[in-house]
Amino acid sequence: MTSPGAAGDWHEGAQAVADNIRTRVLGHVLRNNGGYMSQALSSAEIFAMLYTRIMHLGPSTAPMVPRPFSGVPGPDNPHFFNGGAYNGPKSPEYDRFIFSPAHYALVLYAALIEVGRLAEEGLDQFDADGSTVEMIGAEHSPGVETTTGSLAQALSQAGGIALARKRRGDTGKVWVMMSDGEFQEGQIWEAIAELARYELDNVRVIVDVNGQQCDGCIDTDAYVEPLTNRIRAFGASAVEVDGHNLDLLDEAMSLETGKPHFVMALTNPAKGLPIFEQRAPLLHYLRFVSPEEKALYEEAYEGMVN
Amino acid sequence: MEIVKRPHVENFIAWAKDKPEVVVLTSDLTNSSEVGKWRDTYPDRFFGMSMAEQNVMGFASGLAREGYVPYIHTFAVFIYRRPYDQLAMSIAYPNLPVKFIAFLPGITTPGGVTHQAIEDVAIMRATPNVRILETGDATEVETVLDVAHAIDGPVYVRMLRGEVPRLFPRHEPMELDRVRMLSDGDDLVVFTAGITTEEAMRASQPLADAGVAIRHLHVSTHKPFRDPLILESIENARHGVLTLENHTIIGGLGSAVAEVMAEAGAGKRLLRLGLRDTYAHGASRGYLMKEYGLDAAALVAGVEELTGKTTGINEQDLAAARVEATHSLAKVEAL
Repeated sequence: MTSPGAAGDWHEGAQAVADNIRTRVLGHVLRNNGGYMSQALSSAEIFAMLYTRIMHLGPSTAPMVPRPFSGVPGPDNPHFFNGGAYNGPKSPEYDRFIFSPAHYALVLYAALIEVGRLAEEGLDQFDADGSTVEMIGAEHSPGVETTTGSLAQALSQAGGIALARKRRGDTGKVWVMMSDGEFQEGQIWEAIAELARYELDNVRVIVDVNGQQCDGCIDTDAYVEPLTNRIRAFGASAVEVDGHNLDLLDEAMSLETGKPHFVMALTNPAKGLPIFEQRAPLLHYLRFVSPEEKALYEEAYEGMVN
Repeated sequence: MEIVKRPHVENFIAWAKDKPEVVVLTSDLTNSSEVGKWRDTYPDRFFGMSMAEQNVMGFASGLAREGYVPYIHTFAVFIYRRPYDQLAMSIAYPNLPVKFIAFLPGITTPGGVTHQAIEDVAIMRATPNVRILETGDATEVETVLDVAHAIDGPVYVRMLRGEVPRLFPRHEPMELDRVRMLSDGDDLVVFTAGITTEEAMRASQPLADAGVAIRHLHVSTHKPFRDPLILESIENARHGVLTLENHTIIGGLGSAVAEVMAEAGAGKRLLRLGLRDTYAHGASRGYLMKEYGLDAAALVAGVEELTGKTTGINEQDLAAARVEATHSLAKVEAL
């Protein structure tokens, strides 16, 4: 693997993080005999841009090797800790990261490793009993501040945080990472309308528009398209960009529109791993069907590492 | 008996004056939830968030994470029923200090099945981290805010609006997990909450006159439900235990009492009065309380069943019975 940010301008560092996310996740999927692969392939540049270029975060205040599970939040548990600490302290000038599609957890953990906020061996605890490095993260998981695994709840939560921050005069933004399938849920549209009404221009949303959901390709005719125009019609700003092009992502994610702003990153769920396309349209979760198939992926992995 | 008109309106304004962390969120039921004047008094702390309850839960969650204490005001059904996943995952799981001020409990509304919260206590009891309070009179409407606010976590409050009787003295505020003993006797123990308390108070004197001595306990905390007086009273009740609730008999007060009895091995009868695993319909409160057996007459019939006695009490006796503000005997005994 290449090392991020070793030399040159920000592009090299960001691209190295993106490439390493793909490689690390594929390596994990091979060891684990399955996993959320397409999410890493489609969103690697998104996470790389968020963590190396876009979000203004302080240093992590959490241990590099994650603590074990210490109970759920509640009145009788003083030991609970919040995974948002991996994104640095809460401070008026810092951005906040709200992670919506929690089944992208593996991608988030890989990103945290690549940017030095999580130890490599942290991933050894992935989906292990008694660990917080959960398959579908909750708010004790590294990098996860709010519990959003049921999908489509993060945007409203971010709205409340943004409303509070705006009242306080915080300069930091609230960045939300979403997936396109979530826009099928009505709550998203409730949230966008209210974000626009309260003029919460401190909310920035990056959406991985990979056209994938659990049952296969998103039925774009019925549910989602024209997604970008629908978001605009609800009162927010929205732009579409190639979600693998760093310059275009940088430009779109840096826009100041005076409105809650959505960047629709159009992505390829097999980006960087062409053999994965053979499994279309079912790309949500990679589970090897035969030793021969797994061998092909191992071969691809060797090519990515070297 | 004193009837207080809209006790929440002015009380909540005065109470919130020196609490800048308190914010109010509504979903298009601002005046119906008695916070129209609150909005006009504290416009910068009020957020009218449209008929979009799922989103309201999320915004409340985010505000709570940032140090505010959101008081969501709307009808109960639009808190626990429509946006349950959001309530559970965005607020209850992280144990955030969001207070649900839930109006129209049970059959207190003629709005029919869509507006009647008949299984809310059951669902909120089953939701970890949520504490549940229920107001039974004007004094409790006025003092429930202090109880809810002192809890560092989500609190669901069954709230009364409009004309509310004052059953308890002003200087005896609601206390967390403390029942009020409104009459004492060792034949039966009767548990009531919310609007059924007045019904049981109406039956108390006629029952005493008929030679049936009941210990009447008023419940204002459904969860936690650990006041030692609960089990002590059950153990001392000769003929058994009776619950009367403005709620389905599955999962609410009757079930909570049944759990206490079963876990303690209290081998005696329990009669649960309330909605018998049914929805209701749109009609007046008095009509529905009679139809579904939530009133004083239903209680008397239940007492007769458990004691095997015929009391001879008729509806005229109950209608004529005076209900006066009553000190809690439990409090006196505690002193």
